[in-house]
Parts: sequence; C-alpha cells; structure tokens
Amino acid sequence: MKYYQFKPLNVGRWVIWSLFALVLLVSPKLFTSNLSVTMLSQMGIAIIACLSYNILLGQGGMLSFGHAVYSGLGSYMAIHALNSVSAGDLAIPVSLIPIVGGLAGLFFSMLFGYVTTKKAGTTFAMITLGMAELVFAMSLMFSEFFGGEAGVSGDRVAGQPFMGITYGPAVQVYYLIAVYTFVCVALMYAFTRTPLGRILNAVRDNPERVEFIGYNTQMVRYLAFMIAGFFAGIAGGLASINFEIVTAEVVGPVRSGGYLLFTFLGGATFFFGPIIGGVLMVLASVLLSELTKAWLLYLGLVFLFMVMYAPGGIASLIMMNLRVASFGRLREVWVSYLVLGVGAVLVLLGAGSMIEMIYHLKLDAAMGDTIKYLGMELHVRSAGTWFGALFATLTSLGVFELARRQFRAQWSAIQADIEKEIKRRETE
Amino acid sequence: MSTAMPPTAESQRFEQAMSHVHAGGFALELRDLRKSFGKTEIIRGANLAVRSGERVAIIGPNGAGKSTLFNLISGRFAPTSGDVLLNGARINGKKPFEINRLGLSRSFQITNIFPKLSVFENLRCGVLWSLGYRYTLFRFLAGMDDANQRAEELMQMIRLDKKRDTLAMNLTYAEQRALEIGITIAGGANVILLDEPTAGMSKSETSRFIELIREVTVGKTLLTVEHDMGVVFGLADKIAVVVYGEVIAFDTPEAVRANPKVQEAYLGSVLADQQAAEAGH
Repeated sequence: MKYYQFKPLNVGRWVIWSLFALVLLVSPKLFTSNLSVTMLSQMGIAIIACLSYNILLGQGGMLSFGHAVYSGLGSYMAIHALNSVSAGDLAIPVSLIPIVGGLAGLFFSMLFGYVTTKKAGTTFAMITLGMAELVFAMSLMFSEFFGGEAGVSGDRVAGQPFMGITYGPAVQVYYLIAVYTFVCVALMYAFTRTPLGRILNAVRDNPERVEFIGYNTQMVRYLAFMIAGFFAGIAGGLASINFEIVTAEVVGPVRSGGYLLFTFLGGATFFFGPIIGGVLMVLASVLLSELTKAWLLYLGLVFLFMVMYAPGGIASLIMMNLRVASFGRLREVWVSYLVLGVGAVLVLLGAGSMIEMIYHLKLDAAMGDTIKYLGMELHVRSAGTWFGALFATLTSLGVFELARRQFRAQWSAIQADIEKEIKRRETE
Repeated sequence: MSTAMPPTAESQRFEQAMSHVHAGGFALELRDLRKSFGKTEIIRGANLAVRSGERVAIIGPNGAGKSTLFNLISGRFAPTSGDVLLNGARINGKKPFEINRLGLSRSFQITNIFPKLSVFENLRCGVLWSLGYRYTLFRFLAGMDDANQRAEELMQMIRLDKKRDTLAMNLTYAEQRALEIGITIAGGANVILLDEPTAGMSKSETSRFIELIREVTVGKTLLTVEHDMGVVFGLADKIAVVVYGEVIAFDTPEAVRANPKVQEAYLGSVLADQQAAEAGH
C-alpha cells in the first residue's frame, strides 16, 4: 500500500531490545560485588516502578502523589503470600509471588482509582495525596496486616526449588528481577502502541476534545490508573522478595515523592526517561546517601535546577543532543559543554564544601572542628575557610554563568538553523 | 375515570418507533430549548428542524447565543428545559461522548486539537471509536489497517499529508483549523457542527477553506456558525437567524435576506457595515 509503511521487522527496535536484554544479562558479571548485585536488583525494581508511574505522569498527565500506595500494598500482599508459602498454606512458586503483588496493585488501584480518577488536574493530585495519607495512617493502625513499626518479614527460600533455583543467593534474585524487568518494560512499551495508550496521550493533551471524539475521559484515566497500579504492584512484589521485609515506609509519602522526583529527573516525556530515573533513584539512595548526610539537599537542588532549566528531564537532554548530532552540529558545542561541565563541577564543589561545613556544625559539632573534604582538611570555625569556599563558589559561578550565556546563544543559533533545514526538507 | 393503560414493553417500543415518524426525517431538531445561567436566560425557547443533508448557517449578533446553542446540542451543557433530537431520538442531558457516538460531531471556535501529537495521530485518535477499537488494550495501532488508512485519507482530504509527522502545535493557524475540521469529521458522524470555522483567517484562506468544508461534508448535515456574510450566502442551503436566544427566522438565504424582521434585528446593519467596508477599500 502506498499510504503508509508498517515495518513489523524494525531493525533498530530489535537492536535496542536485544541490547537491553544483554545489559540485564551481563551486568552482574561485570559488577560482581555483593553491593553491586543488590543495587542492580533494586534498579530493576525502581525501573518498573518509575515506568508505571510515568503511565500516569508522562502519558496521562496525571500528577499522582500516592503511587507508593500501590507498589507498597503490592509488597505487603506479596510478603504475606510468601509467608503462606513458607507455612505450606499456599502452593505457588516464589517466582510468581510478584504477580500476587501485581494483582494486589491492580485490585487496590481499581478500588481507590474509581474515586481518584473521577477528576483530573489539581483535584486528581489532591485526592491521590489524601489516599496516600489515608493508607499510610492505616498502616500504623492495623498492625496485624502491616506489622506495625517492625514491619512484616519473610523468607524467600520457600516452597520447592525449581531446577536448583532456591532464591537463596542474591544473584538468583537478581535474575528473577531482571526477567520481570524485561517483560514489564516490554509490556509497558507495548501499551504505548495500543489505542488505549494513544487515547491516554490525547486525554493528557486535551481532555475536553477527547469527550467529543467518543471517548469517556474518566474511563480512559481509570483504565490507565489500573494498569499503572498493576505494574507498581509487581515492583512491590519483587521488592518483598529482594528485601524479605516490608515496613510501613513502602506506602509512605516519601516513597511516593521519590517516584515522582526520579521519574521527572529521568524524563517524563520519553518512554525511556523513567528507566534512567529508576537507575538514578538507586544510585542516589544507596551511594549518595553513603557519601554525605546532606544527600537529600543535593537531590532537592538538582531537582530544582532540572525543573527550571530542563523540564523534560535527562531523556529530553539526550534527545535534543541526538537531534543536533543528526544534523551534524554537535561538534560545535563540545568546547562549550566542556567549559560548562567544569564550571558546574567547580560550583558544586564550592557550594558542597559550605553545605558540608554547615551540616557538620549543626549535626556533628562534637566530633571536632575539622572535616575531610576531597582530601582537604577544612576548619569549620575558621573565617579563612569560609571566605575561601565562598570565593571559590562565586568565582566558579561567574565562569559558569558566562559559559551558559555563550552556550545559550550558540544553541539557539543551531536550533534556528535546524528548524530552517526541516522547513526546507518539507517543501522539497 | 381514566382509561390509560400502564405502559408495556410493547407500547414503549411502539412509542419509540413513532418518535421517528413524528420527527419527520429531521436530522436535528430543537424544541422550545431553553438555557439559563443563574438568573440570566441565554437561550429563550429556540426551535429549529434541520433536514438530513441540509447545510445550515447560524447567524446573529455577538452574544445572541449561537455558541451556547452548539454547546447545548453537543452535550457540553445540559439544557434547562426543552428537547434536542438527533435523528428523532432525544439527546438532551447526554454526555458529549455519548452524543458523539450517536453520530454528531463538532468543532470549536478556539482551536481544540491534541498539540503534542502528530497530525496523523490527531486524526487516528478521531477515527478509533467509530471503527470499534474503543479502549482496546491487546492490539497494536500499527496493525489496524482500516484506522491507519482512514487517517491517511483524512490527511489528504484536509491537505495536510505533507505534515504527517509534524506535531499539531507546530502547524500554522490555518493548518490547525484544517486539522480541527479533520478531527471533527474523522469519526464519520452524519451531523457536523462547525463553530466559526474560518474565524481569524484571511480572505483568501477563507475562500479556500470554505471549499474544503464543502468537500468534506458532502452528504452530511452541516450546521455552522459564521460571521462572514459572503461565506454564509455562498455555503448555506438555509440560514437560521438567532437573536437574543431565539431563532427568529429559518429559511433559504434569499428569503432570509428579504425578511423585514431579520433586516431590522440584524442583517440590515451587518450588510450596511460590510458594504461600507468594501466601499472604503
């Protein structure tokens, strides 16, 4: 047919998905330490959770403040199911426990979503916030189900081992998570190619118009909400197997905020954005939190700058540069990137030294008057140190700002050229 | 003593069947339609009966209630009283998507498209429900040949096939207006409401656009709100004059032009203005 080309064997797509599978497969061979394997497992879980959140945020335009309710309740149902398997009351293999989490997520999103998706926009956001508070409050009241302060613990080595897989070693758990990650990512990608997925984008863009092309927007939101809840529940179920303990914080507002923050950082406007977000989420909460007590402050600052200067997240930064590269113009901005990068690092180091000194003064003053910072000894009570830090920060900030202005002019010139080129190609 | 029988299923079916006969083949009918916002009555007993296949232009001074009338017909607002009948069936109080599924589609005065979707996706979204795909979750769009083909055809009809993958927000104003019409007709509705389709367009754009509207609405019942009298008299089979929330005249263009009531209430001043404007140039 002349009208359109549908390529069932899209080579690029096959390459990307094969690479994704390969990365999942070989990662634990490259990063073999215990910490790495644990982190890789957590990344898989975070990727599923952030992608499921993005069905709401990026694809449906629904700003939810309570997505952890569904991953968290999925976790709880999964750990109870796991304990039933351990007790011999339930005969399902451990490999399928995450599905229990998924079904729980589906069930609760069906229940709560009926109320939340009645409205869109700000009202929707407010109702999800209320739901999140409600469930979090309940988790502290009903300790039979939620386990109170101590949470509910379980043992993933339960039931009959299948082909020697006991889920004792962490790497076995990693591969279980990797399989789920691959399948869930593929399914969520497939969702974006279905009529419901596309109409969900239309509802995001212009809900009023959707009503006039035959679709009930409330139903579209509700169905999407349930799908997001299902995948969140799977992430929760995997987390239960991974950690073997579930505490009230998994349904808490901090976790919900984390999904929002990292999905946004990764980039809500592109499908793969939340994958980056999920990876960052684990890097930040495991590595950055080890490095400094002020990690949440740094995270907040990064988020702030991202919202202000790159609201499309890291994914959109990548895509913008790919576009420039595809027009052969990336070479021109390399130098600017280098200056910007060095400037940003210097600003960060300067500001970081002051943040660390403040934290030390407020939290660890009893530990003495010096801190170690990048191999240097900083005296937190010496005016000289503060002056030096301030001077370094302001100087590098000045350099950065100059570089930024230069870069912005250069960048918009390139963009204008590209627009012109596109127009020219269209008229050909 | 009353002889009325309680309604049986059979008698209800008979009533339903008869309602078509009463409607006398009208595609769209308004019966004593009223709408108030607070204490202000905007539509004050509008009556109109449009035959299937007719092109009707609705004219009237600003604030006469033309857009409100469209909003009542398309389900955006529910009428305070009175009836709207689509192909003989009452639709007042139904939701916009329910009315759309019954075969009525509308466009908007202020461009109302899906800005972050491509031209092709905009049109395909408009097509999906009518082809029965609804909330489909287990089939890929790429494999839906009928929907894709229909979207491609629509794209050629509204002459945007060169902009297939352009995001709707990056189109020119006139192209967005064309896309708006494309989305409106995409679902194959047989009653089409266009709310000031040529608003904000230049004279040459307008005349090309009217041609387009004529083409894409062949065989359909068309209602359009329009200010440009040249367009009105060129396009419409019949003209409905709305003044102060009532349809004061509904007839052929010639008859409406000659109608003294219309002259007095609206047309006289408008035509004089237009003549003055043309003389001035």
